[in-house]
Amino acid sequence: MIGEFSKSGVIIGLLSSGVRLSTPFLLASIGEMFSQRSGVYNLGVEGIMNLGAFISFFIALKTSNPYFGIFVTILIGLVMGLVTAFINVTMKAEQGISGIGIYFFGYGLSGLLFRLTLGSIVTTSGFEPLSIPILSKLPFIGEVFFNQNWMVYLALLLVPISYIILFRTTFGLKVRAVGENPHAADTLGVSVAKIRYICIVIGVVLAALAGSFLTIGQIEATFVDNIAAGRGFIAIALVYFGRWRPSGILWGSFLFSFIDALQLRIQVLGTKIPYEYAVMTPYVITILVLSFLAGRAKGPSALGKPFEREST
Amino acid sequence: MTRVLKKELFNSLVINLFVPLGAVALALLIGAIFLKFSNVNPFDAYKSIFFESFGTRYGITETIVKATPLILVGSGICIAFRSGNINIGGEGQMIVGAILSTVVALNLPGFPKYFLLPLVLISGFLGGGIYGFIPGFLKSYLNVNEILSTVMLNAIALQILYLLLRGPLMDPKEIAYGTGYPQSARITESSWLSKLIPGTRLHAGIFIALITAVIVYLLLWKTTIGYRMRAVGKNPVASRYGGINVKVYLTLSMFLAGGLAGLAGAVEVCGIHHRLMDGISAGYGFSGIVAALFGRLHPIGNIPASFFFGALLVGVNMLQRSVNVPGSIVYVIEGLVVIFVVGTEIISRKILAKKVSTTIEKVE
Repeated sequence: MIGEFSKSGVIIGLLSSGVRLSTPFLLASIGEMFSQRSGVYNLGVEGIMNLGAFISFFIALKTSNPYFGIFVTILIGLVMGLVTAFINVTMKAEQGISGIGIYFFGYGLSGLLFRLTLGSIVTTSGFEPLSIPILSKLPFIGEVFFNQNWMVYLALLLVPISYIILFRTTFGLKVRAVGENPHAADTLGVSVAKIRYICIVIGVVLAALAGSFLTIGQIEATFVDNIAAGRGFIAIALVYFGRWRPSGILWGSFLFSFIDALQLRIQVLGTKIPYEYAVMTPYVITILVLSFLAGRAKGPSALGKPFEREST
Repeated sequence: MTRVLKKELFNSLVINLFVPLGAVALALLIGAIFLKFSNVNPFDAYKSIFFESFGTRYGITETIVKATPLILVGSGICIAFRSGNINIGGEGQMIVGAILSTVVALNLPGFPKYFLLPLVLISGFLGGGIYGFIPGFLKSYLNVNEILSTVMLNAIALQILYLLLRGPLMDPKEIAYGTGYPQSARITESSWLSKLIPGTRLHAGIFIALITAVIVYLLLWKTTIGYRMRAVGKNPVASRYGGINVKVYLTLSMFLAGGLAGLAGAVEVCGIHHRLMDGISAGYGFSGIVAALFGRLHPIGNIPASFFFGALLVGVNMLQRSVNVPGSIVYVIEGLVVIFVVGTEIISRKILAKKVSTTIEKVE
């Protein structure tokens, strides 16, 4: 009897940490989905995540208020988003390469600022879990989904919200049109540049918030160099995995983060399996999943192509 | 006639020299702001970077030592990017090349140098090549985005390196003394690249790098294979209608790019460390991309670009030691250079377009 109980406790713990771990993926992937739906890759997500993680941590530490951290991170995200959009849309840069530049920049800058301002590992308090009345009392589901902090709820809510925006609004129609056939959209009077600017900024702000979650999204927040640790790139892979749809991204993020939660649990249990295998597994699985699924997935037709009006 | 020629020369100078140099100047300017924040006088910092890297014997040799892997990785990047593969996997390919070359060197200690050294270097090339082949194959035949797969493969290669260095490849001495530092045993001296100047780290690898750059240039511009790879990179659909097997050339270019990164890994092992160790790739796999882009994806242009970034690495190392500037600033400056180089490409294109239209006017 007691054995049974503790076993279900382990499973609940595993699932609830899986839901928690899916948050940064969901935030960054849904943002990247908007960007790619409008026809622009943003491969700088990893760098933006690192930068967002540092900024929100630093502000939360200095003001003792994590909400200020979120506020400043959004501002920085807006600025970085506009810069990214300027490079990719206005300057029509090769997106695969400009993204690497943004990745280097964000990664380097977060490390640089960390060394200059803090220099050593310190902690501050992040967001506490917010139990949702009634729902959190539900057996099993309550513990897994409704006993998390507000960023987790935000990420989960973004799935239906982004679905509605993308498939049920005029704006979403324009986004998809610009990503599929920018010339047709342009002929109909849709500003390709404006839509792409908006989508890129959405993507970068969400990527920065995904970074925030890695620091102040934890009860005890801390920052270490390269805190995103590849999550930004995995978030991009999840967009492919989810075939540019919010629901697909949700399942991909869950699958991935449950494996991650399991991997962490196995490490804690201290089995004989070397630690390196555990770290490697999510990457191996991502490659395998992409190999089996990518062939059938088809992204927005104009993805990666800068828009140029044909001159007559 | 001479005026037209002069104008063309001027235009190509603007495109190939001034635009990238302007981009670097802008990047250094923004870098200066960050240096200012680090309480370092940016002017003094850049001056000492320059004098340290080009003015002293130590600086010059170290710049060459750091330019060597950059030239090799960058030459591979030229092949990959020109063929339409955005290969971010230089780090992983370097690591696998270093692993394979070390394993070969450790297991064949009794052979003479003229046999063993080339064998070890070729093993490095093959190791990196196989590791580049994987994303190439996945892209061509299974439609897996190569940017993502190479990033994942970098992370996997790093873990494989740790696994080996903490396991089967760990130096028996480290185990015996109980220090457990993650490094392999020293490879036999007959697999070392010769030192060029005693008392410095300068080794013969620079010649391998320079020769490789020339070979890559010849391959890309003077052979059918190179022509086809570039055609595939420019326009895969037209290439297929033209009868080129696009998938084969995409995969081949990734194999070659990975191979050259792997060779860089082998050269680092045979030329400097003489063993496999943690941090063997030292970020060259990434910096090589920046150098290649800065060299306009031309293997010969990549050579001065690699010296430039090699010098930057030496200079920043020095700043890190003397005035405590965090090493991360290298990534900030490199990121800015990439952003500015690709961001200003449109200006070069506009100048080119203008040139074409003026030529047409003249003909008319």
